[in-house]
Amino acid sequence: MKSGKRQKLLGSLFVNGTLLLLVILWTVPTLGIFISSFRNRNDIAVSGWWNVFPHREWKVTREIDPVAAGLNPDGVMEVEGVSGTFDQFRAGLTTPEGERLIWVGNKRIGRIQVQEKVWTVSWNFTLDNYRQVLGGQNFEFTRPDGTVEVVPGDNMAGAFLNSLAVTVPSTVIPILIAAFAAYAFAWMNFPGRRTLFIMVVALLVVPLQIALVPILRDYRALNLNGTFLAIWLAHTGFGLALATYLLYNYISSLPRDILESAFIDGASHFTVFTRLILPLSLPALASFAIFQFLWVWNDYLVALIFLGGNPEFELVTQRMAAIVGARGQDWHLLTAGAFVSMILPLAVFFGLQRFFVRGLLAGSVKG
Amino acid sequence: MNKSRFTLTLFSLFVMAAMVLAACGGKATTTAEPTSPPAEPTAVPDVGFDVMPGGALEEALKGTYKGTTVTVDGAFEGNDPDGVKMAKSVAKFEELTGIDVNYIGNKEFEATISVRVDAGDAPDIADFPQPGKAAQYVAAGKVVDVRSFMSEEWLSRQYNQSWRDMATINGVEAGVFHRFNGKSLVWYPKKAWDAAGYKIPETWEELLALTQQIADDGDTAWCIGIESGAATGWPATDWTEEMMLRTTSLENYDKWVAGELPFDSPEVKKAIETWSEIWFNDAYVFGGRSSIVSTFFGDAPAPMFQDPPQCWMHKQGNFITGFFPEGKVAGVDYGFFYLPPVDPAYGKPFLVAGDVMVMFNDRPEVRALMEYFTVPQSASGWLEGGGALAAHQTATPDMYGVELERGIAELVAQATSFRFDGSDLMPGEVGAGSFWEHITSYVAGSEDLDTAMKAIDATWPKK
Amino acid sequence: MASTKEISQQKLSLGAGLVSLLGRVALAVGIPLIAFYVLYLGFIFLRDSNAPRGVIALVAIVWGVGGVAALYWVFNDLVERLSDAWKSRLLPFVFVGPAMAILAWYLAIPTLRTFWISLFDRNGPPEGLNLFQQLTSDSFVGLSNYAAVFTESLMREAFRNNLLWIIFGSTFSVIFGLVIAVLADRSRIENAAKSLIFLPMAISFVGASIIWNFIYEYRPAGQPQVGLLNAIVTSLGGQPQAWPQWVAISPWNNLFLIVIVIWLQAGYAMVLFSAALKGIPEEILEASRIDGANEFQIFFKIMIPSIRGTIISVWTTIVIFTLKIFDVVWVMTGGQFGTHVIATQFYRQAFTNRNSGFGAAIAIVLLIAVIPVMYYNLKQFREREAF
Repeated sequence: MKSGKRQKLLGSLFVNGTLLLLVILWTVPTLGIFISSFRNRNDIAVSGWWNVFPHREWKVTREIDPVAAGLNPDGVMEVEGVSGTFDQFRAGLTTPEGERLIWVGNKRIGRIQVQEKVWTVSWNFTLDNYRQVLGGQNFEFTRPDGTVEVVPGDNMAGAFLNSLAVTVPSTVIPILIAAFAAYAFAWMNFPGRRTLFIMVVALLVVPLQIALVPILRDYRALNLNGTFLAIWLAHTGFGLALATYLLYNYISSLPRDILESAFIDGASHFTVFTRLILPLSLPALASFAIFQFLWVWNDYLVALIFLGGNPEFELVTQRMAAIVGARGQDWHLLTAGAFVSMILPLAVFFGLQRFFVRGLLAGSVKG
Repeated sequence: MNKSRFTLTLFSLFVMAAMVLAACGGKATTTAEPTSPPAEPTAVPDVGFDVMPGGALEEALKGTYKGTTVTVDGAFEGNDPDGVKMAKSVAKFEELTGIDVNYIGNKEFEATISVRVDAGDAPDIADFPQPGKAAQYVAAGKVVDVRSFMSEEWLSRQYNQSWRDMATINGVEAGVFHRFNGKSLVWYPKKAWDAAGYKIPETWEELLALTQQIADDGDTAWCIGIESGAATGWPATDWTEEMMLRTTSLENYDKWVAGELPFDSPEVKKAIETWSEIWFNDAYVFGGRSSIVSTFFGDAPAPMFQDPPQCWMHKQGNFITGFFPEGKVAGVDYGFFYLPPVDPAYGKPFLVAGDVMVMFNDRPEVRALMEYFTVPQSASGWLEGGGALAAHQTATPDMYGVELERGIAELVAQATSFRFDGSDLMPGEVGAGSFWEHITSYVAGSEDLDTAMKAIDATWPKK
Repeated sequence: MASTKEISQQKLSLGAGLVSLLGRVALAVGIPLIAFYVLYLGFIFLRDSNAPRGVIALVAIVWGVGGVAALYWVFNDLVERLSDAWKSRLLPFVFVGPAMAILAWYLAIPTLRTFWISLFDRNGPPEGLNLFQQLTSDSFVGLSNYAAVFTESLMREAFRNNLLWIIFGSTFSVIFGLVIAVLADRSRIENAAKSLIFLPMAISFVGASIIWNFIYEYRPAGQPQVGLLNAIVTSLGGQPQAWPQWVAISPWNNLFLIVIVIWLQAGYAMVLFSAALKGIPEEILEASRIDGANEFQIFFKIMIPSIRGTIISVWTTIVIFTLKIFDVVWVMTGGQFGTHVIATQFYRQAFTNRNSGFGAAIAIVLLIAVIPVMYYNLKQFREREAF
């Protein structure tokens, strides 16, 4: 009895310990960018983000001017009882007291620093990255007469709304269509069933880029370009193969006897589907909804083509692309941008996570 | 039960039909409205820029095309700094003509322009940062020759002949240049430079002597980085072009760009060996040769701004100032000088790169905007916001609001010749593919010069 | 159920069979067509209206989602009014038709078109000619693009790298996803742990590349390292490296890119496995515990077999995902330093070089490469019977 309890404790320790290790491993990269998003650009470029944690670092206590001290960098120099060549001083020499003497700069304008190792943290935090991402950057123009004009940047609210309007239907519509199809593949018999299923699997691998030209041509003929419908249908088309495939796998693994008893009771396929299959498939529907939401939310290319680059429909991804500048000179703003654009997908994840619960099938399976 | 469901079905069908009707009705009323008021013939007022006589712009300034829209595609986002500069540049055109300029560019320009043109949805005008990429569209007959609506006289008045030659592809003058970046510039940390007493080199010998001097003083002279994601290697192609201009004739340069002088020729190899002398000497390059391929080109100049500087010279186009640490001031913290000539026989050449405006759809309002792009005022957003120079020979230094760009413009004016970034003119396979790839391998040391050059030659598309 | 259908099918005369076929086709094409038309008119109306954008967006969402749902309902209702025999013939197509029609429009037909283009030279099939004229034109090159795909050295490098991606990328994504899902299922910190593992998935590829730059960033030896990996390596006395660009260890430098995708995709696998694990009835697990099985036995003897279908589907999708891996490679190295993959080659050929024939051939080769996966899935599919 007692050993059983100990075993249980050990097991729980093993489970939680391994999990914690993996979680830390997975989170460190994100933590790095999260901390960096609160640092200014110059700090990001010269020191690692982990410097915000206490660490030992060489700190300058005083400086010696080699010229004033009459030192000749071409020979052997003696400073504070330590002697060495220029190269040795450049690499750093330690005094008996534990201080470090280091020559910074070249022979012409260099100086000798006396350094001491101390515990330190670099907490030079700023909200500036977030301010620029959310509120937009200002642009300055200097006219030839010297007057300066400032053009304020856009904020992100509009982009968020547009992205939502694109993403929500692009997530719901394919799930609806795919769920019907998945049900038919799993529980209905019809000619061409295998051929069509193989087509679904094959189309998983088709890169969507090949579809852009023909679809854009069709959209032009239909005068559909630049509408929400255009982009929803495109995302539906590109996500449908995976949705059908994943939902089929889940729906087909549902216990056969549930459906059989329903049919015996005289239920129609439509009723079984809406009343029984959909509720039972909630975990699968929720997980696909999460993925499709993410992919559409983070999509850049498809929106560019089918929303016609219309500035009225600027999406979050386009906003992010704009923030870094034409040559990527402001990439440091992406540290904050990545977190801002993550908020909604994470909210969706948290919102749908509650459907991953045990016991949906409880009571439906006997013994 | 069943009956009520059937009624519901009927009802929903009815609702849908009603919505269809409503939709049609709504559409009909919107299209019935007249879109443009009758144009009044008025004389062209003084608009602050030159207008080609008898052209579409002259007509547009009378308000003839008011209410129409011109779509412009390009490689920057409509809301990024360049997009704002573009909007500012065309604001005056929009205001005076009533034509709406709809900028739809993005970071996936290469893919989106390709898809749009193939699908028959080409933008009216595309802003190509690499004229070589326009060649495929010219070959496919998608591009309008600007000479079809702009007079020879006007074009030669606005542009130096070299610019027009650089925009001519397969005998078609495929577009008009709009703005450019000067590449033959060396940046240095001015404050420390003056303190150390270094002199700006005027010749290649002086440059090498200075490089050695800095090494003797205990520092590395150069900061070099060519990492750039998918485009890694392009700064090395720039150096190659600089050295081609400085060690061989312009004819050879042009032949090389056109694919007639192979990479595996003594001229090209000599050019590359000239810069290799600096690049491959660990005493000359910050971090040594091995760090060049893995240093992001935008981060490369950073050590120059440490106190005291870790390196003293960085060759790059004027856009690089956007990557300098925040708060550094031109003329105080940093300065620039012209990358000196190697062989005086070839004069003082200047390497440039820039954006060419290419027209896909021939409509009067599109012509009007194209004509507007031939005057330097159409680049005012950059002249006043910095980042590029006007490509027009009618541009004068007093149009620049930013001191730095004005200084570069003056430097360009002193050049004896100038040529466009060769890799931007070559076909994509080479200029945006094998040239980057193999020059990177050469710098990384995984390929020797002969192998790399032969490999590039092999990828040149067959005619 | 099944027996009545068999009888009704045998009774079917030739004429009725024809009508049935026509009915099926009409339904499969008709539903999406009508749906599309109705939605289309609504959207053109919305696009041209002057209402505030927020209102338009909201109306559009209701219109789009509600419209699709209503159409299924209406058509199902109409079909259910028919006799039983017709119902069982047509109903599957009400269910499966719209999905197939959309897939055909958006992916299948473009794929056929791509195959056609792959038989032509860099400018593609000449415009304005009929199919036969195109075939006899000079641009037709037959299968020579495919010959080039399999012989060009960069393509061979891409195939090799994709193999690495599939072997390491998919295997480790599945293993990590499964282990995390199982551990989390047993843990009290389940939700927090799952959320943190999932976090990378929410980040765009560009964001992910920035994150990993903070790991792999290289600074010359002697300088303070900004990248975590190099900081660790140098503090242990090693030399800093530019990990994904480290050509000296090629092709293994690909592994540094593969790690990024494992980091991203483990969350995907975890979510699906987690959903499947929740489907294993608690009674079964309890019963085996009472029988004295330890956790490892439960894992291998009960969990794995119960979620076998999910493992196959997750593995299939990740293999396919790694087969078309693009963004991570494109942003991090652009395929240089020996890291080209099939998709980066496709992008270069199709868009940078505008070599349509060659680009199209690469896309079709992807389809050939996926045949083994398709075969395996079909085998699974046959094992599961429908009613």
